[in-house]
Amino acid sequence: MTHYEPEGRTPDPEEARLVDEVRAAGTEGRVLHIRGGSSKDGLGGTPRGSGLSTLGLKGIVDYDPAELVVTVRAGTPLADLQAELAAHGQMLPFEPPAWPDATVGGTVASGLSGPRRAFSGSVRDALLGVRLIDGRGQLLQFGGQVMKNVAGFDLFRLQAGAWGRLGVLLEVSFRVLPRPQSELTRVLQMDADQAIAHMNQLAGTPVPLSAAAWFGGLLHLRLSGSAAGVQAALSGVGGEPLDPLSAERLWADCAAQPPGFAETAAAAESVPLWRLAVPAATRSLAAEGEEAIDWCGGLRWLRTHAPAEAVRALATSLGGHATAWQNNLARPAMHPLDPVRQALHRRLFDTLDPDGVFDSGRFDADAAAVVAPAGA
Amino acid sequence: MLRHNGVMHTQAPSRPHAAAPQPAHRAPLLAALAAALPADALLTQPEQLGPYECDGLSMYRQPPLAVALPYAAAQVQAVLRICHAHNTPVVPRGAGTGLAGGALPSADAVLLSLARLKRIARIDALARVAVVEPGVRNAAISEAAAGYGLYYAPDPSSQIACSIGGNVAENSGGVHCLKYGLTVHNVLGVRGFLADGTPVSIGGEAPDDSGLDLLALMMGSEGLLAVVTEVTVRLLPRPRHAQVVMAAFATVEDAGDAVAGIIGEGIIPAGLEMMDALATRAVEDFVHAGYPLDAGAILLAESDGTLEEVADEIARIEAVCRRHGAVSLATSQSEAERLKLWAGRKAAFPAVGRITPDYYCMDGTIPKKRLSAVLRRIAELSEQHGLACANVFHAGDGNLHPLIFFDANQPGDVERAEAFGLDILRACVEAGGVITGEHGVGVEKLDAMCVQFAAPELSTFHAVKAAFDPAGLLNPGKAVPTLHRCAEMGGMHVHGGKLLHPDLPRF
Ligand SMILES: Cc1cc2nc3c(=O)[nH]c(=O)nc-3n(C[C@H](O)[C@H](O)[C@H](O)COP(=O)(O)OP(=O)(O)OC[C@H]3O[C@@H](n4cnc5c(N)ncnc54)[C@H](O)[C@@H]3O)c2cc1C
Repeated sequence: MTHYEPEGRTPDPEEARLVDEVRAAGTEGRVLHIRGGSSKDGLGGTPRGSGLSTLGLKGIVDYDPAELVVTVRAGTPLADLQAELAAHGQMLPFEPPAWPDATVGGTVASGLSGPRRAFSGSVRDALLGVRLIDGRGQLLQFGGQVMKNVAGFDLFRLQAGAWGRLGVLLEVSFRVLPRPQSELTRVLQMDADQAIAHMNQLAGTPVPLSAAAWFGGLLHLRLSGSAAGVQAALSGVGGEPLDPLSAERLWADCAAQPPGFAETAAAAESVPLWRLAVPAATRSLAAEGEEAIDWCGGLRWLRTHAPAEAVRALATSLGGHATAWQNNLARPAMHPLDPVRQALHRRLFDTLDPDGVFDSGRFDADAAAVVAPAGA
Repeated sequence: MLRHNGVMHTQAPSRPHAAAPQPAHRAPLLAALAAALPADALLTQPEQLGPYECDGLSMYRQPPLAVALPYAAAQVQAVLRICHAHNTPVVPRGAGTGLAGGALPSADAVLLSLARLKRIARIDALARVAVVEPGVRNAAISEAAAGYGLYYAPDPSSQIACSIGGNVAENSGGVHCLKYGLTVHNVLGVRGFLADGTPVSIGGEAPDDSGLDLLALMMGSEGLLAVVTEVTVRLLPRPRHAQVVMAAFATVEDAGDAVAGIIGEGIIPAGLEMMDALATRAVEDFVHAGYPLDAGAILLAESDGTLEEVADEIARIEAVCRRHGAVSLATSQSEAERLKLWAGRKAAFPAVGRITPDYYCMDGTIPKKRLSAVLRRIAELSEQHGLACANVFHAGDGNLHPLIFFDANQPGDVERAEAFGLDILRACVEAGGVITGEHGVGVEKLDAMCVQFAAPELSTFHAVKAAFDPAGLLNPGKAVPTLHRCAEMGGMHVHGGKLLHPDLPRF
């Protein structure tokens, strides 16, 4: 096995320690469960194996606002990174959920994006490069710190949403964006189907939309951009203004779960919560349970007693997928893969992590496939 | 006619994965293909194979064993199954405009052209998506969506010819990718077949596929992982208005500072392009776009959006340029003026082609802050190698296209141009950049890959390839060099592209 250090870098003691741990686990046939701030412990089932903490990897490695690129170590608190970016008038384009203790590594590994995702892209869209330790204990570097890069397969983007199944993230580089000069939120009263039509129609016109979500009978639209551009767009949007502080809180909440949605009667009764990804213009799923909508229609929160197989069949029939969220013991939490993709996953795991060091069960592609590939 | 001879060379690309089938296997293979395809969908005669013996990198030429031109996905699957059963490599091809030899055949391979799968299956205006076959031209998608006020954003300058399948395979960029992203940011899903003909469906209209992000892996995979037969793309509302600022600076450093200043203002221009003095003069002599001849560098910064957004952004861009010492400034006041200011930039390659017998186009990306340093290094190298070099670049995203001047008829010039190019790519990597920003690796940059990546990463790439294609039959020998090749390599060799499509605008 080769252990290699990128040229010109002195080996970092914490990284060296992690490499040793991964190798030892491989040799001894142990499973490791990578942990950052443990803010997402409730998601995806209880992992097996012993914890491997990334919290010793802290700090921003490189940040030049004019490059629109930041490189940061995986155990850095997400809040620290966001504060640093904000101090320079910039932000992560994908508006991740800002759970307390969330780290940058966990943010990438979980691949969770917030309301802005439908307009300025997801975690993987903003990812430019990673350094990681693979299942063989090799230190690898993929991608880089530049936006245009077509050398080699995009193994860095593959890390977003992989839940650590492919390796321990050490350092990640993001593309960042300037914070918009002006942001205004408007609220319109309408039912879910009207809201789905309205938000998608608006998104097809040159209006600077940066979020569109519906919950509790209200459509919330956010406009972002130059003050002049946002003002000019307001007339076509309609609705009532929401004050800036409330708006900021509302969208930050949305990144984790639509506000109020956690306090409904169904929530109080612990009805299982699902997170469905569907084509944006899909009809309202209100008939199937309590629904909230984000990502301009592409994300549906659904609280329902319906059996897991029914929810999954529904998601598949709509051309989407369903993930078990809170109060939801459906396993695997992840939407099962069709047999072809499942086989590809297994082959990728076998080759990148032959000893199954990172097979903590969090990423459940090995669960039995129950869904046939749509139309294949 | 413009003359673009490109770089001549003698080294043949290596094809380590596939051994040529015994001649005895050829007849049963061709018989099986003939049985599965319509008569006009299989070419086997030498004179028929000629047009397929190279892509946009035309100094590499090799006729394939046969060319399959299926009309439908089921026929694509049949070709793959048959070739797999006969242990025969398959080389996918779109429009053949690739500049790195990704679609170069090998003598033992069947070339699989996707050009006849050119149906736009569906446009959903409300959901803002189009579902298209891989042979659809990039520009045809925007043309079809125009009636809905929508378009497909990535716009490689080959867009009137290149196919969306090729764009997916190369993760192609365009002048507007600073603001609107690359192919990877605008494709929602693909369907196709693995090397053995197994159907695969990755991503789709629903965001964030479950499981690993295999869609990201497919983007830029140069036809090594699967053959794509359907692509779902995201459409965007067409901006109502666009204006461009042309600013001239005394030095490249000043222009570079202005680029940093614009981004620092919180502006992401729709396009942000730079040309150095040599490129500017070549262009002005050719198209008379109104560029000042005494400038050290000129910058083009475009803003698009609503009238209000554009007016605001343009004023701020102008202010930044003045602050950074722009010696002259012109802002388009009409669509005609905007197109005229862009005409120069678009004609940069042919304009350079008028003042040198041959040129060699490089494609490195660097962090923007290293621009002045890398350009100084290029100027030094230019002295050292005794060859001129004009610089054209996508300044917003740091993607450099240095154009090395040479004369293939002068003994030693070709070798000097190659050595110069090699040094430029090294300088890009040393500056923290990469060897290819948008043209891909193909066969052209296999050696350069050895400079950018170490053995463990290269082995991982091979492992990923093997996970998708265990038999190694899909476009073998491209994109990722063997470790053996890297070990053998005494120095890095880079070969330039002969221009096959002089009619297309070049950025
Ligand atoms: C004049 C000119 C200007 C250019 N400008 C730009 C530019 O601005 N930006 C830019 O990024 N590029 C540019 N290019 C490069 C080229 O046009 C792009 O790389 C383009 O995406 C290639 O598309 P194609 O259909 O011609 O693909 P081809 O050249 O036919 O193939 C390219 C690669 O894709 C694979 N492939 C093709 N179709 C499929 C499929 N359906 N399934 C699987 N694999 C497939 C092939 O095997 C090959 O590896 C330019 C080229 C020219 C000639």
